[in-house]
Amino acid sequence: MGFPHKPHERESLVLSKHFGEREAIGLDGWRARGGYTALQKALAMQPAEIVQLVKDSGLRGRGGAGFPTGVKWSFMKPGDGKPHYLVCNADESEPGTFKDREIMRWTPHALVEGCAIGAHAIGAEVAYVYIRGEYTEALEKMNAACKDAYAAGILGKNAMGTGKTVHVYVHKGAGAYICGEETAMMNSLEGKRGNPRIKPPFPAVSGVFGQPTTINNVETLAAVPHIINNGAAWYQAFKRADNPKSTGTKLYSVCGNIQRPGNYEVPMGFPFKDFLYDLCGGPLSGRQFKAIIPGGISVPIQTRDEAEATLMDYEGFVANGTMLGSGGVIVIDDAQNLVKQIARAARFFAHESCAQCTQCREGTAWTTKILERIVAGEGTHEDFDTLLEIAENMTGKTICVLSDSCATPVISGLTKFRADFEALIKKKKVHMVPAQVA
Amino acid sequence: MSVDAADASYAPVFTGARKTELNELLTRYPTKMAALLPALWMVQEDRGWVSQEGIAEVAEVLDLTPAYVKGVVTFYTMYHQHPVATHFIQVCTTSPCNVCGAEDVVTALLKHTGCEELGVQSPDGKYQVIEVECLGACGFNTPLMVNERFIESVTVDSVPALLASLD
Ligand SMILES: Cc1cc2nc3c(=O)[nH]c(=O)nc-3n(C[C@H](O)[C@H](O)[C@H](O)COP(=O)(O)O)c2cc1C
Ligand code: SF4
Ligand code: FES
Repeated sequence: MGFPHKPHERESLVLSKHFGEREAIGLDGWRARGGYTALQKALAMQPAEIVQLVKDSGLRGRGGAGFPTGVKWSFMKPGDGKPHYLVCNADESEPGTFKDREIMRWTPHALVEGCAIGAHAIGAEVAYVYIRGEYTEALEKMNAACKDAYAAGILGKNAMGTGKTVHVYVHKGAGAYICGEETAMMNSLEGKRGNPRIKPPFPAVSGVFGQPTTINNVETLAAVPHIINNGAAWYQAFKRADNPKSTGTKLYSVCGNIQRPGNYEVPMGFPFKDFLYDLCGGPLSGRQFKAIIPGGISVPIQTRDEAEATLMDYEGFVANGTMLGSGGVIVIDDAQNLVKQIARAARFFAHESCAQCTQCREGTAWTTKILERIVAGEGTHEDFDTLLEIAENMTGKTICVLSDSCATPVISGLTKFRADFEALIKKKKVHMVPAQVA
Repeated sequence: MSVDAADASYAPVFTGARKTELNELLTRYPTKMAALLPALWMVQEDRGWVSQEGIAEVAEVLDLTPAYVKGVVTFYTMYHQHPVATHFIQVCTTSPCNVCGAEDVVTALLKHTGCEELGVQSPDGKYQVIEVECLGACGFNTPLMVNERFIESVTVDSVPALLASLD
């Protein structure tokens, strides 16, 4: 639903159906809404059957990369004699994104259930839910949900009376965006600095504690119980007719300069124009949308025309110059100085760089410095070339893609919104001339 | 900033109920080291910050070296390496909040708390304001955290009432 607004009739409420319902938070209320029937069913299934079902559903990772979830699970080899782990990525720190928080605040048991099913499917007895330290309410709700689920015999050494062991443990982060990157998260869970690891080895071979590990986003795992209960074909049906590659419903967090910010759930392929104007109410009065960043601050910026032509799914966003990313839709209107916001984004990445790679450590710092200089009216045209050179040097050359993410808004900004940059240079000239005369 | 802050009055955290809690926590992980972040949280919850002595105690109970623990503490922004004011206020000013007026909220907070600048405590030691990156509550007016409390939709106008409610 357009939470905290009333659901819009064109939304498809699956994950967000119970947002805002206090009774859904506790175990009894959750059971009254069909909670844990999917886990009961899943524990009676063979892991391979669940993996196949999730593959058939077309579910793809909601954490940013969109990797097919069933395929990822199939990398976990059963019977290798090693302990397997599931890690649920609840670090949600991508600016513009606040959907996983709502899942955990309003429907914590949905995530506990998704984690338990996921763990069983990949042959793991333990699932860790790594929640960012700032999410105090989500932490409290998830801790309470786990406690109640243990007390009710849903989790533990004899999960739901099946004799199977399923543990779900909450692990609290301590402030570091980079810990959302999967290998950094594993290091952090192990009690180390959150530096991303060089891949390979991939997590399915050597993940947390050196054991086979699968890592999934909150929204990905929360979708799984619905697929178990309603089947792959049901999930597949949430898509546009001409694109079978993106299926299911997707939560979008909407923020910035727009009438009705909030979380909305729509089927894959939904027209972005209708989404922005009908569901979210369009621009603030007297203003116009200037730029849209649809997948969290790490994805390329769209012009209004690009956004309005987009059909909202993995392929639809790519076809219009950007990516679905985390589903954090950031709307910037014509009253804003776009270059300032790109500079602020760069400062974010400079602050969050783990500093292992030179291109990233130096590149994020210099990008920020130069952009802030331009915003201050002290930039030159040469700065544009320097920025693009640095961006080039930051792309595809580092251990993780944080470096690329910092370069992304710079490149898309300078290519698509050059006039905004030019205006700041011109402003300087206007400002300089009288000074010289005097 | 990097000088090791000491706490002469430090009393051990991992005794009694906290010790039991830590032992229970250790059953969740195959290594002791994995309990490091949770253990540091316990120190900060009980002592308000993570001092040299806190680091030494955590190192001892988890069989790590103090130097290792310190290396981890400095990586994560939420562990306080120095004592903080009674009301430690962290305001998000990242782009999504920035376009909705977060910088004005910061200015209003500085003005009404009497803090001279970001990061510096007010003369009475009551307030300290810092800017932080995205708190995962974008979309509405400015979100901030006061110690462990999350407060959303703060505006320039609501700042005085908010501060009054903290006492
Ligand atoms: C710098 C960086 C930050 C990330 N932050 C998050 C995050 O906060 N939450 C998340 O689910 N995935 C995040 N990811 C993506 C994860 O690495 C990983 O791909 C994802 O959790 C896999 O889950 P999924 O397959 O269900 O999407 C981040 C990636 C990078 C490179
Ligand atoms: S790209 Fe940046 S954040 Fe990623 S590993 Fe390298 S230095 Fe760290
Ligand atoms: S940008 Fe401020 S909470 Fe996300």
